[in-house]
Amino acid sequence: MLIPKIKKKSILSMLEKDLRLDGRSPNQYRDISVHVGVIEKAEGSALAKIGNTVALVGIKVGVGTPFPDLPDQGVLAVNAEFVPLAFPTFEPGPPDENAVELARIIDRSLRELDVVDLKKMTIIPGEKVYIIWLDIYVLDHDGNLTDACMLASMAALLNTKVPKAEADDRGFIKLNKDEATPLLVNRRVVIVSIGKVGGKLIVDPNLEEEQVLEAKLSISIGDNGVVAGMQKTGLSSFTQEEVEKAVEIASDKSKELFAVIDEALKKPSSLWEALRDNG
Amino acid sequence: MSSEDKIVLIDEKGRRIDGRGPEDLRPIRMEIGVLKNADGSAYVEQGGTKVIAAVYGPREVHPRHLAFPDRAAIRCRYHMAPFSTSERKSPAPSRREIELSKVIREALESVVFTQLYPRTVIDIFIEVLQADGGTRCAGLTAASLALADAGIPIRDLIAAVAVGKIDGVLVLDINETEDEHCEADMPMAMAPSFNEIVLLQLNGVLSPEETSKAIELGKKGIMKIYELQKETLKKKYELSTRRSQVVT
Repeated sequence: MLIPKIKKKSILSMLEKDLRLDGRSPNQYRDISVHVGVIEKAEGSALAKIGNTVALVGIKVGVGTPFPDLPDQGVLAVNAEFVPLAFPTFEPGPPDENAVELARIIDRSLRELDVVDLKKMTIIPGEKVYIIWLDIYVLDHDGNLTDACMLASMAALLNTKVPKAEADDRGFIKLNKDEATPLLVNRRVVIVSIGKVGGKLIVDPNLEEEQVLEAKLSISIGDNGVVAGMQKTGLSSFTQEEVEKAVEIASDKSKELFAVIDEALKKPSSLWEALRDNG
Repeated sequence: MSSEDKIVLIDEKGRRIDGRGPEDLRPIRMEIGVLKNADGSAYVEQGGTKVIAAVYGPREVHPRHLAFPDRAAIRCRYHMAPFSTSERKSPAPSRREIELSKVIREALESVVFTQLYPRTVIDIFIEVLQADGGTRCAGLTAASLALADAGIPIRDLIAAVAVGKIDGVLVLDINETEDEHCEADMPMAMAPSFNEIVLLQLNGVLSPEETSKAIELGKKGIMKIYELQKETLKKKYELSTRRSQVVT
């Protein structure tokens, strides 16, 4: 999608005065809402909205064989689908490079901090382990998918209940949903994306702003304050000073996102409510 | 189903496993305009089934050889989210999803004035977010609302419901458990104002008499869903006029 040059000009000239087209300040997120438990059939789920961007995450827990090099660990699989309902140019078919990149950014952030305690997810060591399928569904794209998808993923993991694995008389492992325990989550992580335009840094760029960004840096921040991952995207570059400034902003903004997750976890919601909540 | 794992689907009082009578629909709620980017969208909940539909178009066709010189092409994708089912479903389209996309498209195409938009395409996307039986029917109900929300001229809405036969009784709007154990499952969709049946499938066995009765029963459910669809559209219209009155 092309935005007229005239709009680019106004975005840049307003940023000179530290203003943005939608009335935000450079370090301000759009309205955020997170709802958990929206897909009752999934073992965990959450819907996150940042402005008009909507991400739905569902978690399914299954049984499978471990990776040969990690026989005593459960498996976490993160997948993202940019479904064609979300945006005029999203097409049916297997995930494209953007969807794969997004899924991998989230996957790395979760893995590096041991967010999910995979060592406790074995059923028969070396043979049977839990597989946690984390499927991200982008329903509406208005920029900054990374932060919204990470937020929904984190909230969905915290909403996940792991069914008890039981062997039947023939030795087959079955999952008993009636006896489920909360997924062991060691840490929380969020991503704060910071765009660079006209030499200025802006938090949570919307779609319109993303079209004119020179570059973007998505920074994963753990709830212990560490930087748990970074991804620079876009054709232009950052200086070291800009990266340092971005990390500082991200650390600060991460607190807001953790607070939104805390609030969402207080009570399970419904998809009906979640879709109608505009922050 | 073997007899040992047979479960009671209708008790001696004629109540179904979720407490409904044979001719009861599950609770239904619907809303249009839930997505911002799509030209039209709708969300429909029918019991535990949750579907969302979006429409883009009429728009340019790529690749161009798919365009028709005299009418719009309609493309439709019915797709289930990986987390919508009891066991995770692979996101790659299954043979079932491909078939359902086709019959849903044909049903919808019967009411769209495609000749108004030659050389364009109308894309209809249906995502099943939670599956609890009757997903193609809820998908059709949602897709026709999304077409209306997109402002695409249609002769009629499409309302759909599945009729089943369980424990020898014809029942309306079967859920997943009933679907798994039923003797017959007959999804049907209609353009209700024209009394036209635009989708009809049968999986299972019915006698000719039962077939007529099943269609009668389906029609009853479809008329109720149709009324809800019209209410949903009217509600949005009324709200938006009220809002514009406040502004002016």
